[in-house]
Amino acid sequence: MSSPEKIDCEKALRHLLEYLDQELEGTLQHQMEQHMSSCRSCFSRLEFEQTLKTHIRKSGTEQAPDSLRNRVVGLLKDFEK
Amino acid sequence: MRSNLAIETMPCSDDFEQQLTDVLDRLYAAALRMTKNRSDAEDLVSDAVTKALKNKDKLKDPASFRGWMFRILTNTFISHCRKKKNRPEISLAETDNENEEEFWLFDRLHQPLLLFWGSNPEQEFLNNVLREDLARALDKLKDEYRMVVLLSDVEGFSYPEIAAILDIPVGTVRSRLARARSRLQKSLWQQAIDTGFVKDPADRLRSETP
Ligand SMILES: [Zn+2]
Repeated sequence: MSSPEKIDCEKALRHLLEYLDQELEGTLQHQMEQHMSSCRSCFSRLEFEQTLKTHIRKSGTEQAPDSLRNRVVGLLKDFEK
Repeated sequence: MRSNLAIETMPCSDDFEQQLTDVLDRLYAAALRMTKNRSDAEDLVSDAVTKALKNKDKLKDPASFRGWMFRILTNTFISHCRKKKNRPEISLAETDNENEEEFWLFDRLHQPLLLFWGSNPEQEFLNNVLREDLARALDKLKDEYRMVVLLSDVEGFSYPEIAAILDIPVGTVRSRLARARSRLQKSLWQQAIDTGFVKDPADRLRSETP
C-alpha cells in the first residue's frame, strides 16, 4: 500500500478543527497526522486550539445547587408513585 | 438510605435515577450558560427533568442517556425562549452568510509586533485568560453558536451526536462550530485589548498616524 499524497498547510488548516475534534477518518485523518508530525507551524496551531478547547471545557464546570438537587429528588419521588 | 423494594419491582428506575443524578451538575452548567441566570437555569433543568421522567419509557438504550437528556434540555430551552418575549427567537436551523471572515487568535498572537512577548505568545495569552473571560466571551455568542460550543468543547459530544441533539445536519454542526470558535476567539482578543492586556499592532499604527 502506498502512503497517501501529502497535504499542504492550507488544506491542513481547513480541516484543523475537525481533526482537533477527532471527527476525521480514513485518508484525510492519515494525511493530517502526517502533516502534523512534519509541520511545526501547524502543530503549534493545533496545540493552541487544543489548549483553548481544554480551557473552555474547564470553564464550563458548575455544581448544581442543593436547591436544585432537592427539587430533582422531589420530582423523582413524584414519578415513582 | 432508600429501601431496595422499588428497585426490585422497577429494574430500570434505579439506573435512570443514578444516571440523572450523575449528569445533574453538567445539565445545570449547560443551563446556566444558556439562560445566563441561576434561577432560570434551575427552572430549566427542573422542567427538563420533568419531561425526561414523563418520557423515560421512550429511552430505549441506556447508553444514550446523556445525549437524550441534553436533547430534552435544549428543546426545553428553546420553548422557554419562545414563551419569553424579551428574548429574540432562536432558530437552530438557520445558516448565516458564508462570507464572514475567519478569525484565528493564533494568527493575532503571531503578528510581528507582538514579538516582545517572548518566544511563546500563545502560551502567555492562555495563561492570562481567566475563567470569567471565557464565560463572558461565551455569553456574547448567539444562542445557536453558544450551543454548539457547549456541546462540543464542554460536553465532548461528537458532531453526529450534536446533530441529533439539535436536529440539524452534521454539515451545519461543522460550519457552525467553526464560526462559533472564530467569534469566540475574536471576543477573547477584543477583551484582551479592552483590558489593556494586549495592544493590537493594527490599532497602534492607526492611532500613531496623525
Ligand atoms: Zn503546515
